[in-house]
Amino acid sequence: MAIMSEADFSQQRTNGIGRFFSIFGRPVVALINNLGAAAIFFFFACVNIFYRKQAREIISQVFYIGAKSTGIVVLVALFTGMVLGLQLYYTLIKFGSEGVLGSAIALSLVRELGPVLTAIVITARAGSAMAAEMGILRISEQIDALYTMRIDPIRYLISPRIAASMISFPFLTAFFDLVGIIGGYLTGVLLLGVNASSYFYRVNYSLEMVDVRGGFIKSFVFAIVVSTICCYQGYFCHMRSDSYGAKSVSLATTSAVVISCVLILIADYVVTSFIM
Amino acid sequence: METPLIEFRKVVKGFNSHTVLDGIDLSIYENQICTISGKSGGGKSVLLKHIIGLIQPDSGEILLEGKPVRNMSKKEWDDYRSKIGYMFQGNALFDSMNVFDNVALPLVQTTNLSRKVIRQKVMNRIEEMALTEAVNKYPSELSGGMQKRVALARTLVTDPKIVLFDEPTTGQDPIRKNVILSMIAHARKRFGFTAVLVSHEVPDVYFISDRIVILWEGRIAFQGAYEEMTKLRGPVVDEFLRSLEGFQDELTGLMSKEMFRSRYSAELSVGKKKSRVSAILFSIDFDSLEKELGHEASLYTLKALAEYTNRYFGTIGGFSARHSRGEILTILPRAELEEAQQLLSAYSEGLQENVLKRIRDVTRRYVGIGCFAISVNAGLTEANVTEEFDEIIQEARKKQQTVATVRCEGGGQSG
Repeated sequence: MAIMSEADFSQQRTNGIGRFFSIFGRPVVALINNLGAAAIFFFFACVNIFYRKQAREIISQVFYIGAKSTGIVVLVALFTGMVLGLQLYYTLIKFGSEGVLGSAIALSLVRELGPVLTAIVITARAGSAMAAEMGILRISEQIDALYTMRIDPIRYLISPRIAASMISFPFLTAFFDLVGIIGGYLTGVLLLGVNASSYFYRVNYSLEMVDVRGGFIKSFVFAIVVSTICCYQGYFCHMRSDSYGAKSVSLATTSAVVISCVLILIADYVVTSFIM
Repeated sequence: METPLIEFRKVVKGFNSHTVLDGIDLSIYENQICTISGKSGGGKSVLLKHIIGLIQPDSGEILLEGKPVRNMSKKEWDDYRSKIGYMFQGNALFDSMNVFDNVALPLVQTTNLSRKVIRQKVMNRIEEMALTEAVNKYPSELSGGMQKRVALARTLVTDPKIVLFDEPTTGQDPIRKNVILSMIAHARKRFGFTAVLVSHEVPDVYFISDRIVILWEGRIAFQGAYEEMTKLRGPVVDEFLRSLEGFQDELTGLMSKEMFRSRYSAELSVGKKKSRVSAILFSIDFDSLEKELGHEASLYTLKALAEYTNRYFGTIGGFSARHSRGEILTILPRAELEEAQQLLSAYSEGLQENVLKRIRDVTRRYVGIGCFAISVNAGLTEANVTEEFDEIIQEARKKQQTVATVRCEGGGQSG
């Protein structure tokens, strides 16, 4: 039987440790790299938001990200409010507390569900479009073309989208909250017979400015997260190591949506823990 | 010695351990058209992208007007970039913008010009490129050729001093290719810029180039004028030209220059009885014709002339090739000088009677002009097999005289 030499043993041990670090370390390093790059990307985009020729582009993006997302946000908000009305009514009635239905719906919507669901809906609708658009611009050399024309691609393409998201997300969140409360009214009051005055009194009584402000802070943070991640994924799709061309655009779009949704939930926890 | 406008010194660039540019030394001079040719995937576009800073070299140096790029301040670099226009291989037009907005984009975003001035500049370029009817259309609604013209208009709208063209004729038919090359040559004359072209449309692109660079396996195999290239040929240049030229000149249907040389050598190889042959150099004033008829119609005119020449002399064993844009050299290996003279006279009559009339019909159809002047000159000479092509051409050029003309006299009469 061959006896393992000290050097072989050391080599094997090094290989084992090396493999461990390579399996777990590489993704971590890549993640940190990406986060750093995304932060720098966001910084440059922010710096260029106040460029003098930006207003028209920002308005057009507010129309696309904000105004055109209103329909889907209303629909999701209405059904979310209605489901909340049903679920909370049947839970509260067990304790004889159906009178506080308005409070329960309003607080859960304004504090949590409004900002989070709005961000997820906009990610699905506008965030994916942003990633795909940036990806197509990249692979068809249109971003390079901007550079050759001395137009800063980040200023021209990214800054208006981030600015428009910062404007649109809080407005759409407010809209979501309002429509969600109306949805709760439809099931709670009109369908299940809770007193209408009691419902609105509870909404009014329980909601404080700190809740509304917290919701807006969250939506603002989500706007930054979603727009930065989606634009970043599309803008740098050509640097993906797993694919090229059209495939890289599709994977960048998928990554943009998945990462945005996960980061929305993580950011929600972090911001909530600071606010509470 | 003149300082090059752009100079590469030992530039090396690789991707994923594959070296694309391997120590490139290249000089590009002001107010010249410099064409970079080479195998597909040989790093031509990579080289072009280095000039505008889209790609950085791994090692080596790029100098602009004698100053290394890496020593430039941000302002100097910005100033330099403001002088450059870049036309992408795939046009890189913005699909969501119409033709006007695409062309106007660099002016709107990088200048403080008023809307009125921008509109005027953009419309001028659009009119020059014959795109007036497409001004409100989107790129997806345009043909490939029109998209190229939009890209060219956008590249030239800022009046750049250096224009980089990355395969501007890819995917076009022979006429359209030559129309685009003519537009580039014409624009260069008119606006006076330095052009760097990546193209392998041999020989057409060489006819408009002042300087040719052959990139071969990451290195410069040749740089210099076209005439130098044909004289100082080496194995790489030979292989390159053979691989690109093929058997036929795409535009005219005549032999490629390479085929012409081979045929000439085969017909007149040492050991055969004849050592002297007749050679005729036909020429038209292509530049004047272009001015009068436009790019497309003048190319159709050249094509018709070449087809007739090929058909006429081909039946008696003659063979022809284009020597320059408006010149065709025909060799008659079996005709004595006197016999060749008779053939030329008969050719001229046919040319006058049939071809020039046909040309007039074509131009009337394509550009609505049936009234213009065109002269075909021919110079007949006797060539010795030991003579170089250039000597034969020089000799024939000296003897050139007009053999057919069409002149407009009151509504397109020929005479």
